[in-house]
Amino acid sequence: MNDNLAHPFPRAGWRNALGGLLLAATASLAHAPASAQGYAGLGTEAEGFALPSPETNFSFPRDHGPHPDFRIEWWYLTANLSGEDGNEYGIQWTLFRSALQPGEADGWDSPQIWMGHAGLTTPDAHFVAERLARGGIGQAGVSAHPFEAWIDDWQMRQTGGSTATLGSLSLSARGEGFGYDLSLQSDGPLVFQGNDGYSVKSPDGQASYYYSQPFYRITGTLSLADGPVRVTGEGWLDREWSSQPLSETQDGWDWISLHLATGAKLMGFRLRDRAGEPFTSATWIDPDGTAFPYSDGHLSLTPLAASDVSGADIPTSWQVDLPDRALSVTLSALNPQSWMSTSFPYWEGPVMISGTHSGRGYLEMTGYGPE
Amino acid sequence: MRRAALQALLSHWRRQPLQLLTLLAGLALATALWSAVQAINAEARRSYAQAASVLDRGTLANLTAPGGTIATDTYAALRRAGWKVSPVIEGRIVRGGQRVAIVGLEPLTAPQGALPETVGPAVPPQEMFSHPGVGFAAPQTVAALADLPDSHDLPRLVAAASMPPGQILTDIAVAGRLLDLKGSMHRLIVLPEQPATRRPLEDVAPDLTLTPPRDGGDLARLTDSFHLNLTAFGLLSFAVGLFIVHGAVGLAFEQRRQVFRTLRALGLPLGTLLGMLLAELLILALIAGSFGVTAGYLIAGALLPDVAATLRGLYGASVPGSLTFDPGWAVSGLGIALLGTLVAAANGLLAVRRMPLLASAQPRAWATLSGRAVRRQAVAGAVLATLGALAPLLADGLVAGFVLMGGLLLGAALALPFFLTTVLGICAGRARSATWEWFWADTRQQLPGLSLALMALLLALATNIGVTTMVSSFRLTFTGWLDQRLVSQLYVTARNEADGEALRAWLTPRAEAVLPIWSLELPLNGTVGEVYGIIDHPIYAEKWPLLAKVPDAWDRLASGTGVLVNEQLARREEVSLGDPLSIGEDWTLPVVAIYSDYGNPLGQAITGLDPLQAGHPELPRLRHGVLTDDPDGLLTALREDFGLPDANMTHQANLKAFSMQVFERTFAVTAALNVLTLAVAAFAILTSLLTLSAMRLPQLAPVWALGLTRSHLARMEVVRSLALAALTFVLALPTGLLLAWALLAVVNVEAFGWRLPMFLFPAQWLALFALALLAALIAAALPVRRLARTAPAQFLKVFADER
Repeated sequence: MNDNLAHPFPRAGWRNALGGLLLAATASLAHAPASAQGYAGLGTEAEGFALPSPETNFSFPRDHGPHPDFRIEWWYLTANLSGEDGNEYGIQWTLFRSALQPGEADGWDSPQIWMGHAGLTTPDAHFVAERLARGGIGQAGVSAHPFEAWIDDWQMRQTGGSTATLGSLSLSARGEGFGYDLSLQSDGPLVFQGNDGYSVKSPDGQASYYYSQPFYRITGTLSLADGPVRVTGEGWLDREWSSQPLSETQDGWDWISLHLATGAKLMGFRLRDRAGEPFTSATWIDPDGTAFPYSDGHLSLTPLAASDVSGADIPTSWQVDLPDRALSVTLSALNPQSWMSTSFPYWEGPVMISGTHSGRGYLEMTGYGPE
Repeated sequence: MRRAALQALLSHWRRQPLQLLTLLAGLALATALWSAVQAINAEARRSYAQAASVLDRGTLANLTAPGGTIATDTYAALRRAGWKVSPVIEGRIVRGGQRVAIVGLEPLTAPQGALPETVGPAVPPQEMFSHPGVGFAAPQTVAALADLPDSHDLPRLVAAASMPPGQILTDIAVAGRLLDLKGSMHRLIVLPEQPATRRPLEDVAPDLTLTPPRDGGDLARLTDSFHLNLTAFGLLSFAVGLFIVHGAVGLAFEQRRQVFRTLRALGLPLGTLLGMLLAELLILALIAGSFGVTAGYLIAGALLPDVAATLRGLYGASVPGSLTFDPGWAVSGLGIALLGTLVAAANGLLAVRRMPLLASAQPRAWATLSGRAVRRQAVAGAVLATLGALAPLLADGLVAGFVLMGGLLLGAALALPFFLTTVLGICAGRARSATWEWFWADTRQQLPGLSLALMALLLALATNIGVTTMVSSFRLTFTGWLDQRLVSQLYVTARNEADGEALRAWLTPRAEAVLPIWSLELPLNGTVGEVYGIIDHPIYAEKWPLLAKVPDAWDRLASGTGVLVNEQLARREEVSLGDPLSIGEDWTLPVVAIYSDYGNPLGQAITGLDPLQAGHPELPRLRHGVLTDDPDGLLTALREDFGLPDANMTHQANLKAFSMQVFERTFAVTAALNVLTLAVAAFAILTSLLTLSAMRLPQLAPVWALGLTRSHLARMEVVRSLALAALTFVLALPTGLLLAWALLAVVNVEAFGWRLPMFLFPAQWLALFALALLAALIAAALPVRRLARTAPAQFLKVFADER
């Protein structure tokens, strides 16, 4: 990534540079602060952008929509799926919003830029697509009521159910060699991460607003080269927005969302720090949606084995321990080559859980190179 | 042993520095021209894929609206329906009295390479989207727009060599602000790869028209022919250069026969000897190749502005006038130098390998002339020329044209020794003194050593005659054609439709006639071309240059029952008089005339104005030709009374001057390459003569001993050189004329789509003849001077030496 950012031109081309900018901004929240250093303009200050407040006061459906006064925001859905053909699959659908300046304006003058990432993982293949769009002209955006998030012909749209908890969604995206059309249903409540949705990212206090809807049951169809595959499975939607970068020494993160066979869920992340111990955070979610946040130090994430992915060693097998919940499991990637070769590349793919608990989930890792 | 052997071999070059120089220079020259052409081609190809061309209408498919602008909502709807399209807005602004074209694009969705590649880290991406934004322009445009009082609203301008002058490329938001065009766009570029799942255009935006890209990379095909042309020139120079190297290497081997024999007799294995010779050659090739590549880079840099002008003028292709250094290119240049050296030295190496260990070390002073070999060569030449002549009959396309030219040139080159031997034989037979008989016989005897250099001269002369004839014929035709074609004295363009109406009303009482020049792009037999509608006016029948027509062509045109097509379209679509031509949808007319249309890469048709307007009410009515006796007065009145800006009016004389300027620049490169090739050929003669003069002492010594003075001998040497050059020219002339015919009638038709009549220019031949003699004279000067100064003792030594 350093390379990409140090020389965003001319080889990488404008589009990559823009993608880099966008994710640099995005990453400045959680992913990879090295990038934030690459863009002096994005510095460490919020520069007129709104900042998250520990006194959270969410209102739905309004907060499902965009918050243009914050620098970055995302609508992030991952799903573990089982095909009628007996194969395991995973899909990712993400819409990032990045603001060059706070606020919104009409037409081409809008300072908002949108980026979509779609992924589809099979046991032996991984498909990636990326879209970029300007705000203000309708090519991409999010409306809160009725809920719809879209970029080009990709969309995540409310089809019924509870407006507040986004109980019923349709989801579609396509790229070269793949596509999916899925229907998502959830009876569970929204889950607020950290302290009622105020999620702290470092000992220095950097934080974001962060809530999830982890209870989706999914049916639908994947489109692959060999034809359509009917699938069922479970999905997890993350909503997060902020304006602050990470602290200077944090250089990447490992994030997991696990669907345990018991019906409980676990969200956890580990922010790696060059200057010392990693910063961890976790939320245990009971099957009824009751959330139990765990602050730094309770969760431990330990790499077990690495794979050569795109020329870099990336841990694709992990030991996860949360002693407070007597959880000690091993995560192994469904496909170790789940490399998101987007403008700002990272690893994101489905994992299988074994140990004290079983189940499946999603793993995201940034900052390992070979960016 | 090895060391001693190596020293013995290399000492040769110390004693023969001129020979070393010849070898290095020949190879460097050959490599230089070859790599210069390669560098130019690479640069041009690189830029085709770049910015301006990606955005040019016609490179990719476009969506346009009949009303001219497309709403932002329509764009968003298309994107959301799966269409990968990117918006463009275009317009002009005036700053500091100059017109500047503004092109606005959307960087996030624009096709790859739409923005200049050379932007570099000078532009942080977020600046592109922020106020005042960033604009890319040619360096001269950036300079011209700097510090103007009315340029404060422009974006920050960044110089990009790949941008065409007079244009600013910027973000669509900035362009919209400059052009006062918020919320609408002029066209949508349709990216090459579209998802199969996108919804049909009729469902999403039924009012938009999809214009496919122009004829599968017409530009690439057209420019390919130009590059093939350059490559042929490069190859020719390289071949001529190899003749030089062959001569020099041959001589070096010849003169070292004694050394080889001695080394072998002392026990040096043949393999080691060959290895050493090979290593020596490769090192020399690397040194010369490096010089050549450097020189090639410099030559390419000097020629590129003209090449860029040519490509812009002929094809509308935008190529930057600056050169990028590509290491791959340098390596390939060195590679070709090595390969060329090996080819040129193969003969010598084989001879060393076959040399019997105890053979006499007597230099053979080159092989004696074998009549059979010369005849065999001539027959091969005839076969090649015949094959070349058959190529255009058997196959279509540019390649056939080049096979014809190649066959012709090689055939003539191979036949040259036969031609010269025959003529020299006749001369010897008619000689009236013993001295002259000896002179002719001796000249004939020297032919094998000189024939390669003379072949090089023949190639250079023939190419020169051919290309000069082509260019001059073209110039003559083009000038005459321009005079006919530009019938109006004044050309005016209205600012908009309302302005156009007012302009016509204003002009009608003041001018002899107002001729609308209204056109639009329509599919002609399926391929997009230009369609013009003209009114019925006698001046067309009087002046418009037609190549072929039916008797009542102009009446048929006026009555709407016939269409005129340009030569390019007629050849491309293979339509002739009477054939139907489909114009857009539901309109087919028979072709009633074909007109010449030099310099236009597009197919074009002319119909009556009324039927065209009836079928296409969207026809823009802006451009007009004006017939008047007083163009200057009318120009002033238009400016002062009607208020038309200067930029919207063109005087016929200016248009002509501009066209001729484009024409001259088009062939500037050809002229430069022409001169360079001739220079290489002259150098080839020089090296051959030098080579021979060093070896001919044994042959001259007896003549000297018989009483011819050194200065007499030297004069005869000069005459010999001139005679050979003159004879070569005699064969080069018909070859060159045939070449010109091939260029005009075959290559041009394939490359540009038009055929030109051939004119002959004897004055130019005379000049070239003089030039050839001059080259021979210069080439002979050094060896002759050396001969005249050879000490008598040297002549005597020939008889004394035990050889």
